Amino acid sequence: MKKVLVLVESKGTELKRSSYEAITAAHSLGVPVVGVALGSGNGVATAGEYGLTECVVAEHALLNGYSSQAAAKAIVQIAQSEGTDVVVIAANSTGKELAPRVAVLLNAGLLADSVAITNNGGTIHATRPVFAGKARQTVKAATENVVVTLRPNVFTPKKAESQATVAVRTQNVTLDDTDRKVVVKEIIRNEGKLDVLEADIIVSGGRGLKGPENFHLVEALASKLGAAVGASRAVVDAGWRPHNEQVGQTGKTVSPSLYVACGISGAVQHLAGMSSSKVIVAINKDKDAPIFKVADYGIIGDVFDVLPKLTTKVGEITGKN
Amino acid sequence: MNILVCISQVPDTTTKISVAPDGKSMDATGVKFILNPYDEFAIEEGLRLREKHTGTVTALTVGGDNAKEILRTALAMGADKAVIIKDAAKADSFTIAKSIADYASSINPDIILLGRQSIDHDSFQMASTLGGLLSIPSISVVSKLEITGTVVSAERDVEGGKEVLEASLPIVISAQKGLNDPRYPKLPDIMKAKQKPIEEITPAAITARVDVVAMDIPATARANKVVGDTDADIAEFVRLLHEEAKVF
Repeated sequence: MKKVLVLVESKGTELKRSSYEAITAAHSLGVPVVGVALGSGNGVATAGEYGLTECVVAEHALLNGYSSQAAAKAIVQIAQSEGTDVVVIAANSTGKELAPRVAVLLNAGLLADSVAITNNGGTIHATRPVFAGKARQTVKAATENVVVTLRPNVFTPKKAESQATVAVRTQNVTLDDTDRKVVVKEIIRNEGKLDVLEADIIVSGGRGLKGPENFHLVEALASKLGAAVGASRAVVDAGWRPHNEQVGQTGKTVSPSLYVACGISGAVQHLAGMSSSKVIVAINKDKDAPIFKVADYGIIGDVFDVLPKLTTKVGEITGKN
Repeated sequence: MNILVCISQVPDTTTKISVAPDGKSMDATGVKFILNPYDEFAIEEGLRLREKHTGTVTALTVGGDNAKEILRTALAMGADKAVIIKDAAKADSFTIAKSIADYASSINPDIILLGRQSIDHDSFQMASTLGGLLSIPSISVVSKLEITGTVVSAERDVEGGKEVLEASLPIVISAQKGLNDPRYPKLPDIMKAKQKPIEEITPAAITARVDVVAMDIPATARANKVVGDTDADIAEFVRLLHEEAKVF
């Protein structure tokens, strides 16, 4: 292993949290790290706090507006000019589309959706959950080049002891119209609602809420915690809540700092979507519910009694509405 | 429209997973296998595209003889043709993608449909790897698809919302829940599907790019501190979350 290229994505004047996570993971490999940003260097300077010292901004008119084909080709050109043999990308919705194309172009093995990476005598070993998180595999690439994607929210961004100054250089890349066959026409935001994929705390409700009219109990606790509202498959299928809130195998896979499951029994399909959360809390009146087996903290009780009391107590501490 | 639907056979979600003696793979003894749930949306979308645009739906899987079962399901749902690429002994996602790409090159599909992820290895890489190998566009996690002439319009789920995208055929599309409601095959069609031929293909030798070093069952190291529902319990619970777990 010679050198790592890490993709950084801007979000306003900063980088996405997943980019700081990727920088931290890349540094843990103990070889030089260089960043790559696509189209604009917005927010790159903030990566100095996490120890990034070098970043290349790939420039081309076709990089404005995301296209996985153009983006993959740009990353590969930077990897080649920088002499890196490892590319680290966050496994968010962009990265999941992008990384396989980078791997194809570099003839590289892809270690996808990793939750831990180590440098094992010059070879990257990546740990990844398989079979809905019921097992985990340690994998390594059999190729010279390696592409690694990291499950968001699993790696904790680590600040450097002293803030580095990021040396940013721009480099033109070669692309043509055939590299941009997919064009983003519009982005529809879920206005006014925090998305479960972006939230640090999630409060989810299940069938124990008995009906859509009772979800205000979940929403009230969520707002005291500054959390996103999630839902189990049962309540989404029943039409109580929108599909974009569904956590689980046919919904979204999340790893928040705190996951609160209210009235959710914890079917394996649900656990598949949230079992890598840092702290799991369960509230359920059935003491034998499988959710308690994966919970750090739990309350055996009826959500209708417990949630209002819990919401008041939590509100006294957070002071949020 | 020439439609290729790639499907995979996976262990039933509720199956208990244990590690095989090699320490690297799943012990398949007694495991019930099913059609990957997301692939049902891919098959259904293929059938709907054929109903709208006419054409042929080919269902394809990579696997051993027992994987023919899911091809029979696809045929019963209405696929015109079924093809199995006989699995090489040591397959990774790349060798599977490459053998599918080689087959696709031989039939030149207008659209390749597949599930957004297979629920065994969950690596979300097949659509983009196929797109990369075939040098055609791909869109993943699609919850709405409209094709007019050769213009493809799709919606895909992203953090905090949806992206509306435009592209052109040929294309690879991976299906998200919500794309459609898959039909249930009817009994006479299930019976007829049993008699239909399944084409068998032996893939070229392809070298795997990822090796499994080890597989294990993670121990749950969760604290399991469970309390009751009295006011004192709830106060203690909030204290634990705030002071011990420090989560808010």
